[in-house]
Amino acid sequence: MQIQLNGEPHALDREQSVAELVETLGLGGRRIAVELNENIVPRSLHTETLLSDGDSVEIVHAIGGG
Amino acid sequence: MTEIFQDSPLRVADYSFNSRLLVGTGKYRDFDETGEAIAASGAEVVTFAVRRTNLGQDADAPNLLDVVSPERFTLLPNTAGCYNAKDAVRTCRLARELLDGHKLVKLEVLGDDSTLYPNVVETLKAAETLVADGFDVMVYTSDDPIVARELEAIGCCAVMPLGSLIGSGLGIQNPWNVRLIIEQAQVPVLVDAGIGTASEAALAMELGCDGVLMNSAIAHAREPVLMAQAMKHAVEAGRQAFLAGRMPRRERAEASSPFAGRINA
Repeated sequence: MQIQLNGEPHALDREQSVAELVETLGLGGRRIAVELNENIVPRSLHTETLLSDGDSVEIVHAIGGG
Repeated sequence: MTEIFQDSPLRVADYSFNSRLLVGTGKYRDFDETGEAIAASGAEVVTFAVRRTNLGQDADAPNLLDVVSPERFTLLPNTAGCYNAKDAVRTCRLARELLDGHKLVKLEVLGDDSTLYPNVVETLKAAETLVADGFDVMVYTSDDPIVARELEAIGCCAVMPLGSLIGSGLGIQNPWNVRLIIEQAQVPVLVDAGIGTASEAALAMELGCDGVLMNSAIAHAREPVLMAQAMKHAVEAGRQAFLAGRMPRRERAEASSPFAGRINA
């Protein structure tokens, strides 16, 4: 199964939730926000939101800016 | 006895701030310098950008929000880098999620890379969507008083005209337009972009602005922390001069010492 992750193709070897993806990426507990197919996935729904083939995921954080 | 002057706070939406200087967090050498400069500026509102997380990087790397913590500062996520209303709205929703429901945002929708001039058509569209979605929108815009009026009518909580192009340090190119915007506005007006040095920040405040937002003027100074302190003083001095009311301009001299009693009279 393949998804788009931050604009790049990303292979998943099995069905995963958003929470599992975040954890696999080493981002568990970090201050991030997740968007799935251009809709916000609230933190409280990361565990129950399952990813499907072809999904587009954005994971963002805060950086310096003006 | 002289009393220490106590200014009224800057009120934006439901917020209240003692400092009228708002600062960005971009272009600093490192997070230490960012933190020191922000502390020296006395700013309470701090802007930041929302970007894709670099995947595969050291997860223990310091995070901007560790330096400017949401507990200490009022964070103002921006939509820098957005060139249409849709991207700007998405970015604001991501920021709200990032900050656990925080709804104050700085909306900027840019026209092109070389000028970073606001695309006011897209800005107006994004502002409508964001206000309807419950955001408190501080909006970066051109120094056009009619556009400023429209943005206020949509429900933006602050109007922030440019002094000159973002990152240019060219100061306030059209103070008369900024005056026109201030005169008609019922919401706070802040000059955002273009300030290069302390006198220009003071000028913004002397014109009657409610505040000034800047990033490069501090971050790109040779000594950012010292410039941050200078900007703090400049914004306070400009504000006090505005409230005090400047003397009228004259075309001829008027002696400060009395004429009567001169030894050569």
